[in-house]
Amino acid sequence: MNKGYRYVGQPIRKKDAMQLLLGKPAFVDDITPKDALVVKVLRSKYAHAWIQEINTDIALKVPGVVAVYTYKDVPQKRFTQAGQTYPEPSPYDRLLLDQRVRFVGDAVAIVAAENEKAADKALKLIKVQYEVLEPVLDMHTAKDNPILVHPEDNWIANCPVGADNQRNLCASGSETHGDLEGVFATCDEIIEHSYRVQACQQAMMETFRTYTEIDRYGRLHVISSTQIVFHCRRIIANALDIPKSKVHVEKPRIGGGFGAKQTVVAEVYPAFVTWKTKRPAKMIYTREESQIAASPRHEMEVHVRLGASKEGIIRALDVYTLSNTGAYGEHGPTTVGLSGHKSIPLYTANMEAFRFGYDVVYTNKQAAGAYRGYGATQGIFAVESAVNELADKLGIDPTVIREKNMVREGMTMPAYYNETTNACALDRCLERCKEIFDWEHKFPVRHMPDGKIRTAGVALSMQGSAISNCDVGSATIKLGDEGFYNLLIGAADMGTGCDTTLSQIAAECLECSPDEIEVFGADSDASPYDSGSYASSTAYLTGKAVEKACIELKENMCRIGAQLLQCEPEELEFRGDGVYKLDGSGFASRMDIATKSMVCNTIPAQATVSHTSPVSPPPFMAGMIEIELDPETGGVQVLDCAAVVDCGTALNPALARVQTEGGIVQGIGMALFENVSYMPDGSIAENSFMQYKIPTRLDMGKLHVEFEESHEPTGPYGAKSIGEVVINISAPAIAHAIFRATGVWHRTLPITPEKILLAMPNA
Amino acid sequence: MQIQMTLNQKKITAEIEADTLLLDFVRDHGCLSVKRGCETANCGLCTVLLDGVPVLSCSTLAARATGHHVQTLEGLQAEAEEFVGFIADQGAEQCGFCNPGFVMNTIALLRENPTPTDDEIRAYLAGNLCRCSGYDGQLRGIRAYLDWKEAQAK
Repeated sequence: MNKGYRYVGQPIRKKDAMQLLLGKPAFVDDITPKDALVVKVLRSKYAHAWIQEINTDIALKVPGVVAVYTYKDVPQKRFTQAGQTYPEPSPYDRLLLDQRVRFVGDAVAIVAAENEKAADKALKLIKVQYEVLEPVLDMHTAKDNPILVHPEDNWIANCPVGADNQRNLCASGSETHGDLEGVFATCDEIIEHSYRVQACQQAMMETFRTYTEIDRYGRLHVISSTQIVFHCRRIIANALDIPKSKVHVEKPRIGGGFGAKQTVVAEVYPAFVTWKTKRPAKMIYTREESQIAASPRHEMEVHVRLGASKEGIIRALDVYTLSNTGAYGEHGPTTVGLSGHKSIPLYTANMEAFRFGYDVVYTNKQAAGAYRGYGATQGIFAVESAVNELADKLGIDPTVIREKNMVREGMTMPAYYNETTNACALDRCLERCKEIFDWEHKFPVRHMPDGKIRTAGVALSMQGSAISNCDVGSATIKLGDEGFYNLLIGAADMGTGCDTTLSQIAAECLECSPDEIEVFGADSDASPYDSGSYASSTAYLTGKAVEKACIELKENMCRIGAQLLQCEPEELEFRGDGVYKLDGSGFASRMDIATKSMVCNTIPAQATVSHTSPVSPPPFMAGMIEIELDPETGGVQVLDCAAVVDCGTALNPALARVQTEGGIVQGIGMALFENVSYMPDGSIAENSFMQYKIPTRLDMGKLHVEFEESHEPTGPYGAKSIGEVVINISAPAIAHAIFRATGVWHRTLPITPEKILLAMPNA
Repeated sequence: MQIQMTLNQKKITAEIEADTLLLDFVRDHGCLSVKRGCETANCGLCTVLLDGVPVLSCSTLAARATGHHVQTLEGLQAEAEEFVGFIADQGAEQCGFCNPGFVMNTIALLRENPTPTDDEIRAYLAGNLCRCSGYDGQLRGIRAYLDWKEAQAK
């Protein structure tokens, strides 16, 4: 859709693309000093234990060891590591180091040494005597279990999220709309099943890492791979129990985040070391640490009861989610909400009643966090699978059943805070997806000459754009010498390309090339406040802040230009290269205005705008996946995937496309092979890339991505979000296709060849 | 122990611990493009050329490189520059952390097989993980480069 924009909607290169592709120093470990103290953490071998005695004497004697800290050395105020707006919905349930350890991998001691070898040696020489306690490992028995993960008195829930540490509850709640049981009683068909999504790892290529030093003002300067510089500042100050003013956080380039870096995973340890020793320190998480002691997706079991008429009209949905937050509650109360709020509304059209209830429980497993999709992924796997099961039971084409029931533009969604879809092209997405995928030919089960089976599955997806009535996006735009612009943001480009897309918005508004916009971010001292890059907020919210800031700057430039041209600002018009008198009698160039702004001037040649939104407009997506299944091995090969996305205006179609492709492929990994299994002792089997298999380029088949644009009136140039919605279709579409090939519904991810083979009807 | 090698055309002599990995050695010598993404030789981020052959520097001892020529992306900027712009045009660099290993292995591929098919590209680069891009954009970029090169030759 050509909306007549010059720079918005152009597939331009990312500003940092060539630097990254040529391997220039850009990441934390590349740009910080080599001789910083090496920080390492001793981790618990037990899922649940009480430290009776801990002796660091011998460890401290290792040459090169500078400090060893235990629970006796750290502040005793609890905090959360979740990067959320204060007061965080996530309970304050952590200490930097605690006497009680709550999962295999929990921090027991912090070591700081001059080099890695000394640190490693010291780790081995710390003597810990544990009282081993029985762990709670099964999320089904966690609620009201006599064994408590957080029995402590100083555990705090800041928000009313239905949390109770004396019941192992991180959150709980329920909402009902309409006469639920009355509607179910008159439904012809009821589908009722539980669906389980595992605690997948984000597996970004750059593990967690942070450098800390004391700056020239005596403040703690933190350079970290984080999506949330402002929340990070608060969380570090909380963990160290020091004033927020003493902490300064900045991010360089980030080697992938996907939500992992929306939690302060590594930062607190080097920060504590530097604050204590006043020496530069660095912590680089190993891949193993990133697998066992990080912030993966919440394991969820979503119970769906779906009621429909025999014609396939979906009349009622009852969704109950049991979510496992693990040992700590980061993002526990919020992720679970999306499992209902971003699945049920997909079927708004004929919905007479729904209920959404949930419990989020503590267990002695790795603490979960934020991962792209943030609960919506789990809920959509469940609801989309249930809809596919309904279609099969009724003998209706699953795309037709969706056409009858899906949300469309202009509908009010009771299950989505009563928001109305001002921009929704989901119907067009599904129609177009069927075309480009060739649904009519790929959906039928086809037995190939070699015995393999080809068929396909379908799913829809939605997400949000920022957290309504909460998130703040900000931008500062300023005019510099010769008339170039600086754009300062607090949002974090983690590879997504927001530095570039936001510059496209600024360029559109300021009628100049994106090359004339230099982007800086993010830095808690220098950037305007921004919640950070998460919740699919940056394009939609920070983007709008950029647009508004540019409008304000243009007004200021007219005021400065009016002084030069000795007229009133109202007599001037901004036109990219400068301001023009409306009567054609004069012109002041951007350079003239920039020069004037630095001489005897009181009008700021800059503008800062903060933006928030009362709504969170959902992007939508339709996706179809063709597989080839080998009934002799249970092996599944993805052959073809088509996806059509409605993200409003695609600000940069190349970047939006790659985001979509990346999300689909992450979803394929989740569906087929990214397993998370716990050993009886509570340790994770898949603690490296040897066991935790993420997709390679041989695993994803062909991808066809298109966009059906809509125009979101509250977004910048009509844009909604793109980052998260794209991960949700793969698992339900693949599970659907596997059912078509085998006649068996797999409701627990990942669907491995072993599971497929063992469940085959003739096995 | 003492080792001598050529690192990006430059002869160097260094005193190292016997267990020093080539990855840590080259980073210590300013080749910061070389990244560690795992500890199990699974991700391909640390790929360097040892006498022109791609190896994982995370599982190669620095001592093994003694007397040999090690090249990192720092030493192959011109050769890389010719094709990485085509990746940039796709937006397929994304976070960039896997880029150097992927670019190094692509250089090795194209030296070995200047006209690879899509399947040959996928197979050669299968050991280079990328979590952002979904790989397709990287393939489109390489294909666009090869098409451009072919057009240049005509």
